[in-house]
Amino acid sequence: MSAEILPLLSKALGETVYMVAVSMALASIIGVPLGILLHTTERGQILENAPLNKIIGSVVNAIRSIPFIILMVAIIPLTRFLVGSAIGTTAAIVPLVVASIPFIGRQVETSLKEVPAGLVEAALAMGATPAQIISKVLLPEALPSIVSQLTTVIIALVGESAMAGAIGGGGLGDLAIRYGYQRFRPEVMIATVVILIVLVQAVQFLGNALARRSNKR
Amino acid sequence: MIKLSHIEKIYDTPSGKIHALKGIDLEIARGEIYGIIGLSGAGKSTLVRCINMLERPTAGEVFVDGQDMMKLTEAELRAARKNIGMIFQHFNLLSSATVYENIAFPLTLSKTPRNQIDKKVAPLLELVGLKDKANQYPAQLSGGQKQRVGIARALASDPKILLCDEATSALDPQTTKSILDLIKVINKTLSLTVVVITHEMQVIKELCDKVAVISDGVIAERGSVLEVFTNPQHEITKEFISVLLSNQLPAAFRGNEISQTKTEGSLLLLRLIFLGERADDPVLAQMIRKNPGVECTMLFGNLDEIQGVPFGRFIVGLSGGETEIQGALNFLGGKDVRVEVIGYVRRNSAAA
Repeated sequence: MSAEILPLLSKALGETVYMVAVSMALASIIGVPLGILLHTTERGQILENAPLNKIIGSVVNAIRSIPFIILMVAIIPLTRFLVGSAIGTTAAIVPLVVASIPFIGRQVETSLKEVPAGLVEAALAMGATPAQIISKVLLPEALPSIVSQLTTVIIALVGESAMAGAIGGGGLGDLAIRYGYQRFRPEVMIATVVILIVLVQAVQFLGNALARRSNKR
Repeated sequence: MIKLSHIEKIYDTPSGKIHALKGIDLEIARGEIYGIIGLSGAGKSTLVRCINMLERPTAGEVFVDGQDMMKLTEAELRAARKNIGMIFQHFNLLSSATVYENIAFPLTLSKTPRNQIDKKVAPLLELVGLKDKANQYPAQLSGGQKQRVGIARALASDPKILLCDEATSALDPQTTKSILDLIKVINKTLSLTVVVITHEMQVIKELCDKVAVISDGVIAERGSVLEVFTNPQHEITKEFISVLLSNQLPAAFRGNEISQTKTEGSLLLLRLIFLGERADDPVLAQMIRKNPGVECTMLFGNLDEIQGVPFGRFIVGLSGGETEIQGALNFLGGKDVRVEVIGYVRRNSAAA
């Protein structure tokens, strides 16, 4: 592998990490509360509200059913409006966030469902408010599971960010396609794949370690 | 302290309406330990949840400490619930919090300052005997220890009432005993009113002052534990008691025909129930002395104690002439003992 490739690789890795990190942070800000809402408005839960639950559930399902590559193209007007351009690493963040919000919502909902109903009942019996039940019972009890689920979301984001490269988003996916595929340089292809594997392994390892540390069961 | 009137609870389920409680009236006095026993599905868990409004009755009235629970706003209800501690079959402790944090939880909810929490939790840890476990997580505790944490947590907000929902059903017999003893102690020392939900007659017998037997959403029978134990009226009550106090005939007579008239080679079996101080009176010895024509064989005997009152149950077999036996029965009838004539039964030839 020639030396001119290394700066390209490190730049691409930086772009991928930037896209994934910023998208994850922004998507979590909306996705985690969305997951809490999905769970708590369900029948028999503390903020039971069947119509609201149905509406947000349907919106989540609708967005999740669109393949990422189509979503990316479909929301180009929104991306232009928010970022001022539809091309570039920052522009790629918009579709990544839009796709990840409902994903995170469902993952968090699944985690919260695992909290035994008896714990919520006990807290209610002690006079806890719904806000206290969310912050002091549901979230702490589901934390290990939420960490695991969010790890899965980050790994999915790594994959989607590579796709974003296809519309000029930069990152490792972009590098692999432009250099590795279109310029017939298999060593670039192999290098990006290896970096992606290492990246995903590292994320999974960290996620597992964090989940284990927060688990007192 | 607690007054439930005409409580109805109907659940709307996709498969139709379920009438869980059908007009329950119940009054529980201050400082009492009141047991509610029933099979699973009888409605006892629903009933106890009507006291703190975890379940809102479809109709009826709930008064706790003079407060009309049905008419409270959400915020008032939350305040009222701090007066009612509750412990559960599966403990329902926060797995992510230490023993200390679990006990402090009700105080954290009401935003008690840290130094006051400390003053409150330390004696509770002492009371339930878990001083050395304060910084452990529930996963590191045994079932009995978890329930002790549950009890300490329920007491942290200084409640006047403690609701126990199958609190010992997941515990082994020894641990059950130690938890029941603990509940007895806090009932006495804190003059707490305790409501106990269980399907185990043993729990009622060891712990409660009064008992209500609930079956199919109605109270089948109620009274002091002693009354209900020694003189059960309802079939379901008899079944519950028979788990503890067998009603079967001794093995040598089991399965043989019972006749109300004397048959050759049979004994007249009597079930005798002694209650209170009379339980250790020499009634049988007197009967034998005064009726020399009657042979008396002791076939079964059990001396127990319910709420500190001695309670004896015996089965004896009498043989002799009919007039002599009648004389013996007349003698027993004049004594402070309950006599139930089972009938003439022949002894199994194999057992003889």
